[in-house]
Amino acid sequence: MEQVAGNPWAALAYLIAGMCFILALRGLSSPVSSQRGNRFGMIGMTIAVVTTLVTHVPAADGGGLNSATIAELLAAIGIGAAIGIVTARRIAMTAMPQLVAAFHSLVGLAAVLVAAAAFLNPLAFGIADRVIPMIGQPFAVIHTVSRIEMGLGVAIGAITFSGSVIAFLKLNGNMGGKPILLPGRHLINLGVLAAILVLIVAFTQDQSAWIFWTITILSFAIGFLLIVPIGGADMPVVVSMLNSYSGWAAAAMGFTLHNSAMIITGALVGSSGAILSYIMCRAMNRSFVSVIAGGFGAESGGGGDGVKVDRPWKRGSAEDAAFLMSQAEQVIIVPGYGMAVAQAQHVLREMADKLKAHGVRVKYAIHPVAGRMPGHMNVLLAEANVPYDEVFELEDINSEFAQTDVAFVIGANDVTNPAAKTDRSSPIYGMPVLDVEKAKTVLFIKRSMGGVGYAGVDNDVFYRDNTMMLLADAKKMVEEIVKSLD
Amino acid sequence: MDFVAILSIFVMACFVGYYVVWSVTPALHTPLMAVTNAISSVIIVGALIAGAAAGSAGSKWLGLLAVVLASVNIFGGFAVTQRMLAMYKKKDRPAAASKH
Repeated sequence: MEQVAGNPWAALAYLIAGMCFILALRGLSSPVSSQRGNRFGMIGMTIAVVTTLVTHVPAADGGGLNSATIAELLAAIGIGAAIGIVTARRIAMTAMPQLVAAFHSLVGLAAVLVAAAAFLNPLAFGIADRVIPMIGQPFAVIHTVSRIEMGLGVAIGAITFSGSVIAFLKLNGNMGGKPILLPGRHLINLGVLAAILVLIVAFTQDQSAWIFWTITILSFAIGFLLIVPIGGADMPVVVSMLNSYSGWAAAAMGFTLHNSAMIITGALVGSSGAILSYIMCRAMNRSFVSVIAGGFGAESGGGGDGVKVDRPWKRGSAEDAAFLMSQAEQVIIVPGYGMAVAQAQHVLREMADKLKAHGVRVKYAIHPVAGRMPGHMNVLLAEANVPYDEVFELEDINSEFAQTDVAFVIGANDVTNPAAKTDRSSPIYGMPVLDVEKAKTVLFIKRSMGGVGYAGVDNDVFYRDNTMMLLADAKKMVEEIVKSLD
Repeated sequence: MDFVAILSIFVMACFVGYYVVWSVTPALHTPLMAVTNAISSVIIVGALIAGAAAGSAGSKWLGLLAVVLASVNIFGGFAVTQRMLAMYKKKDRPAAASKH
């Protein structure tokens, strides 16, 4: 059996594949170069797959090409390709967070399967140093280093799988977004994690099947236990974190197989997910540990309800909103998760077009945690044909609200709450927010006055003199505004 | 390759990843997740090795199943990334301009 490390041409090809993956991510620095980057990714993957097929499919019994094995492998690829392409074509852009979570779970499960396959047939992977002849089947002894890598690979893969399944169920609405809290969960989690580490150490001493499978089962359990207590609004962090794990799982398997393409990719994906998690945490002013500990938003809707009903607020109609905006010089639209839920992005763009026809300058302001995954709002706006140079990040546009006539908030809440700047007792204190209240008028679309955002806090913006509440479904309200603008 | 050589590749790649990912524009963070998803399915290399090898039927079938899962991800991931990236347009493109 030929080893990956033994063939310099194969090693070189994997290195080139790894470089293509770096270029794929590099391309995403701008929408202009991004499609070229994606093509680099496809080229890299083709190189990696073809190289593996060429070097690892054993010759047929009489020499020559082993067409049966090749056919099996290509059939497996074909089945996957068909499912993948159909899914990618059909999926609605609003369902992107679920899709990404589902894809993460597949990477995790594939990592577990590969680690299990390597455990069952270590000779094929070139990770056994000697074979002990035994009655029945000879026993291949796996390198100690490889056992650690395999143990870590299977553990991270299993956590990625079960964690992503839970994230998928929460994002897809099959499971309530509210955090589910087990008593003593921190102790249980730490205990399970410690048990996994102890078993990985034990695995280096004793290559028993039961240790391998116990590591796998405990890791499935911990992935489940870790994500269940995390609320829906913390999902941007969770999805990024699972993205990171899927990378580390690939890297661990790359160590096992001495494969540079897998190691480079694993490191890229691992750091990418970690950086995205960091950006999301920073945008919520929360520590990574507190997100992972879970439970945020569990007590929402409690204390504040009685107080806020009494405060006066102004209600506006679609006609009022249309009039105010058509007279404005500049309107900044602040979209949030509610826009995605209502699928209001297309009609919103229609409204923006009408306003532009009235000579109004329209911009969009995106908070980093708006939506359920990083960049969620940007994709939805792009889907609705909003030019990306009208869409701005928080730090680039926040100073403009003071010179803006109308801030139009659609489906966002906590990311506009001024309490984050002033109220030290607020759970969202210190979180960077969009300064919508500085605009001359704030138009705030909300279903009803009763509900609160995910943080469970009341928003002072509702009761300000310059705010007009538009109480309706986001899509219906924007449709009516569009009609009034004619 | 010995362990230290592999570790060196890994550590360097982490640094490359760090700088490359920070240069990704926030507007493209969702495509970033989709494409990293696709490329992390390079784990298909391990799946193909297991699926091609003789010697253990169990290992072979696990490998083939992993090939299917990783392929879903590779094709689905790249296709959905392509679909998203094609939607990002600048102001002066005909699609936006024709509305006026």
